[in-house]
Order: sequence, then C-alpha cells, then structure tokens
Amino acid sequence: MSEPRSPRADPRDGAPAGPRDGVQAGMLDPIEAAAPRWRRPRLRLGRWSAPLGILGAAVAVFWILIALLAPVIAPHDPLAQDLPILQAPGEGTLMGTDALGRDVFSRVLWGAQVTIPLALLLVVLSVLIGAVVGSVAGFFGRAVDEVAMRVTDLVMAFPTVILAMVIAAALGASLVNAVLAALIVSWPSYARLTRGLVLGLRSSNYVVSGQLLGFSAVRSLGRDIAPNIVGPVLVLASLDIGTAILLLSGLSFLGLGAKPPTAEWGSMVSDAIKNFDAWWIGVFPGLAILTVVIAFNFVGDALRDALDPKSATIKGGGTTL
Amino acid sequence: MSEHVTSESVSQPEREREPLSGGRPVLEAEGIVVEYGRRPALRAVDGVGLAVAAGEVVALVGESGCGKSSLARAIVGIEKRKAGVVRLNGDDVPTLGLRRRSAAMTGMQMVFQDPNSSLNPRRRVGDQIGDGVRAALARGDRGSDPADWLRRVGLDPAMVSRFPHEFSGGQKQRIAIARALAARPGMLVADEPISALDASTQTSVAALMRSLSVEAGAGMLFISHDLSVVRRIADRVLVMYQGRVVESGVTETVWQNPLHPYTRALLAAIPLPDGAGRLPVAPAETDRAAWLDDVPAALERTTV
Repeated sequence: MSEPRSPRADPRDGAPAGPRDGVQAGMLDPIEAAAPRWRRPRLRLGRWSAPLGILGAAVAVFWILIALLAPVIAPHDPLAQDLPILQAPGEGTLMGTDALGRDVFSRVLWGAQVTIPLALLLVVLSVLIGAVVGSVAGFFGRAVDEVAMRVTDLVMAFPTVILAMVIAAALGASLVNAVLAALIVSWPSYARLTRGLVLGLRSSNYVVSGQLLGFSAVRSLGRDIAPNIVGPVLVLASLDIGTAILLLSGLSFLGLGAKPPTAEWGSMVSDAIKNFDAWWIGVFPGLAILTVVIAFNFVGDALRDALDPKSATIKGGGTTL
Repeated sequence: MSEHVTSESVSQPEREREPLSGGRPVLEAEGIVVEYGRRPALRAVDGVGLAVAAGEVVALVGESGCGKSSLARAIVGIEKRKAGVVRLNGDDVPTLGLRRRSAAMTGMQMVFQDPNSSLNPRRRVGDQIGDGVRAALARGDRGSDPADWLRRVGLDPAMVSRFPHEFSGGQKQRIAIARALAARPGMLVADEPISALDASTQTSVAALMRSLSVEAGAGMLFISHDLSVVRRIADRVLVMYQGRVVESGVTETVWQNPLHPYTRALLAAIPLPDGAGRLPVAPAETDRAAWLDDVPAALERTTV
C-alpha cells in the first residue's frame, strides 16, 4: 500500500504544514487563523488498511451475525435426535450428524450463540473489575495498592487454565460457573495494566494541575486519567476475546462448562473423542473455535497498531501484522 | 502584534519599585527543606524562606540541580516538605494528597516546564481552561469565558474546541497559563515556564506572564535560568545555589552590583551579543568552592 503511514506525513493529521511553533506565525497570519483546517481526532482508516485486521473484523462480524441468526438459518433443531446417527457430511446434511443423530451444522451455528456472547461478557466484566481495582490501587496507593496487587499476584501465581479448572470444578459444572471461574483468573491482568497506567499518569503535570484546581480524586480519575488509559485497556480487551473463547470452550471440553445437551463448541469437540472415526463431529466445531479466535486476535492486533503505533510491528510493505 | 504590545509594556521604570511594598505578602515561606531518598538523603532545598507580595514578580535563578524546581514544588505542595511552613494569605498550604484541595488553596496555581505534559491530551482546551474558571467560581470569585482567556494569551478565541495536540509548544504553554489564571489565583508559581520554548517564544511568553499576573494583582514566583529574561520581568530576584539562597534583592541592584561570587559567575556566563562570538569561560573547581561561601550582605538587598 502506497499511502503514507507516518503520522507526521499524514495530511489528514490536520496539523498546519507551515512553521510548527507558530505562535507568532499563527497569530500574524489572518488567513491561517481564519481557515479551520483541523478535524476531530479519530481512528484513521489508513491505519485500518491492515488487510488481516479487516479480514479478522469481517470474520468476527460473520460469526456474530451467525450467533444472532442461528435460530433462523439452522436447518435443524440442534437438540433434536431425529437424524440417522454418524452420517458423514454431504449425505443429506452439510456437516454430518453426531452419535445421537443431531445435525452438526445446526449445532455449530447454535454454538456461536453460546460461546461468543459469554466470551464478550467475560471480557467486559474482567475489564470493569480490573479497571476499577487497578485505578483505585494506582491512584490511592499505599495499603489499598498493596492489598490489591498481592491479590493479583496470588491469582497470577497459578497457571490460568488450571486455576480456572479448579475453580469451575469446585463451583460445579455449568456455563455460569465456567464464566465465573474464567472471570476470577482474568481480571488481574487488567488490574495490573490499569494500575500501571494510572500510576504513570497520576503524577503527570495535567493531573497535578487538575488537583491544584480543586479536583477530587473521583474527578481526577474520571476526567484526567480514564480518557487517557481507555485505549491500551481496550486493546488488551480485544486481544483477550480470543483467549476468553478458548478458555470457555476449554472448560466445556473438560466437562466443566456447558452441560451435555447444550450445543457448545468445546463440549462438541469432546463428544468427538468417543467417535474418533467420525472426524466431522469434532473438526467443524474445532474450526469454528479456530476461526473466531484468530478473527478476534487479528482485530485486536489491528486495534493495537491503530491506537498505539509504538508497538506496531514492521510497517512498510503493506502488512501490519 | 499583541506580542509587541506586551513586551513594550514591561518597560524598565515600571519595575523600579520597592520590594514587598505595604500590606502582607500573598505567599510566605519559611525554612523550607526538601530531601530526596534516605541514607544519605539528598538535601535539595536547605532552609529557604521567601515572600511574594500581590502584584510582585519574584524570580528564582540558579543552575540546573540547585533546587529551584524542588522549592517551587514544595511551595505549591506537590513535593513533601521535610521542614518549613508555607502560607498562602496566612493559611497553611498542605501537601497535595488524596484529599481534595480546599477552595482557598486553589488561589495558588502553577505553570509547569513542559507544555506538552501540562494539558490533558483528551480534552478540549476550552474545557481545561473552564476548570480554572470553575475553580474561581468555587472560591466565590468572578467567572470568565475560556475563549476570552485564549484571546488574552494571544490565541484565537475560536480555538476553544481544539485539542492540545493541535497547538505548538509555545501555544500549549499559553493555554496552560490561561488555565492557571482563569482560576484567578492570588499567587502563580511558574517552574521554568519558558525553558522548553524556543528563543523567540521565550521572551513573549515571559512578558505575557508578567503583564497578566500584574494586571490581575497576583504575585508570581518565576523560576528560570535565563537571566536576561529575568532581568526584564522580575521585580526581585533570588539566586539559589546548592539548595540555598545566596543572594537576593531588587533585580536591578543585584544585576548592577552582584555581591556573591556565584551571582557574579552567573552573570558572567551570559554570552554577549557583540558579534565577536566569544563564549563565557567555564568556571573552575576553585570557583565552585567559593560559591558555597556565605555573603550576608548579599541577602535582602534593596540599595546598590
């Protein structure tokens, strides 16, 4: 892609092309002062021309649409056991049938309705809890910070998946408990990120200026700090959607999430173990997991590149990922 | 063009006034000590006292690392004081903590060195100047229009809806000054407000700060290592070396007849614009030793 990628070279940046330190220049030149040539800062589409980001977004939207439209487009009831069992794909059904005579294609479509919304919910809740704990810890410091950070250390000291398994097993197998277990293991990373960002900003000149103007802690956090940390937190969140889907499917695969009749991708893959010859039972839900996770990861990477050019991978040839 | 007017208004005779003329000072600081680290602590400010009257500009000069900024931050309360008291209109200035500053304390505002970190990048400049206006209102003072403040600092009032990144460094510093003054402070502390700006902008911003604060009747503590600018805008000057004030007094007096060897060295370090291209000679180690001397006569000088 030949369009300029350097933020400085980008004409849409809206910065005057003339003398930069233009107090005098800007004041003495009535034409320059009269013509508003700036635009509101926004996510520039140029940065989004990352092809993988677009592809990822398209696939993610595709899956979200499937989740919404599953009841309409699924040819069969995902729970009905009225088809010939272990039918190979193409013999009357698109993706074959499983050991109980259920249509795999319909179950994959309905499965989108289970996993994707729960993963999004999980990420949203993790961000909320993590951001609140992290902000409070970073801003107030001292004992609050110490306690909050030791708790995150405690959680992060265990391998994520194993800890989630233990918690889910202790709570009892259900999708709600799987989400709860995943939530317990995933909020600390947001708390740590937020705390670091808040800590860095709270002694910055503009936060101090606000305090000198009589800002309360809540106002400092809400007005001065929060708007400046949402970017990185959102990037981490978008990169985490894929992980969340994997974690929830993984718990279901182990029998710690969705209960048997539910059409859930992870548990469908685990069903396939019992019928290893009927590859289609496991491959199609597996592919669904794969494509959704990769799609959300691509979106997250593109979002990171757009919001935080510093961490962007090699630019130039047109590939941003 | 308004640049020109503001520079002109700072004519020499206007500054020829007695220090602390009448009334009680807006700001009083006594025995301020600032230390960093532990075992051994670095004593950045070693028992400094100063007073600034309403409408007076006091400059604090000295080399890098002499404690100017630490002193300024201790006065405003950003830095914790190891010892000493600071009073604003007679009230103790607390260290900035988690508790909200009282309305009375918003009567002291600060302008920072780095204009790029002084403004919140995600908020429109009009909103940020509006914070100052709201602080003034909360104190029961008159309100004002952010756009009007932009005009006063020499920017287009229509720029209120812009974001900080759309301005140059000098313009951002003007906006920071506007925000501080919009709070109608009785005391303005400026920590090297011009050192991050280019030479042509420095003088105009410094002159602007003086004219606006004098006009508002506010006292100003102006920290700088640019002596030529200090000479133009300050009524009194404090010379700091190694955490202590070594010479102080009416600017012109100190300038014409420096008594402390460090002040002499500082003044000798100003390059002369004589076209000869000579650079001042760097001071020797023996000179540095002499700078630690106490010269009692150099303090609180009013006459030559």
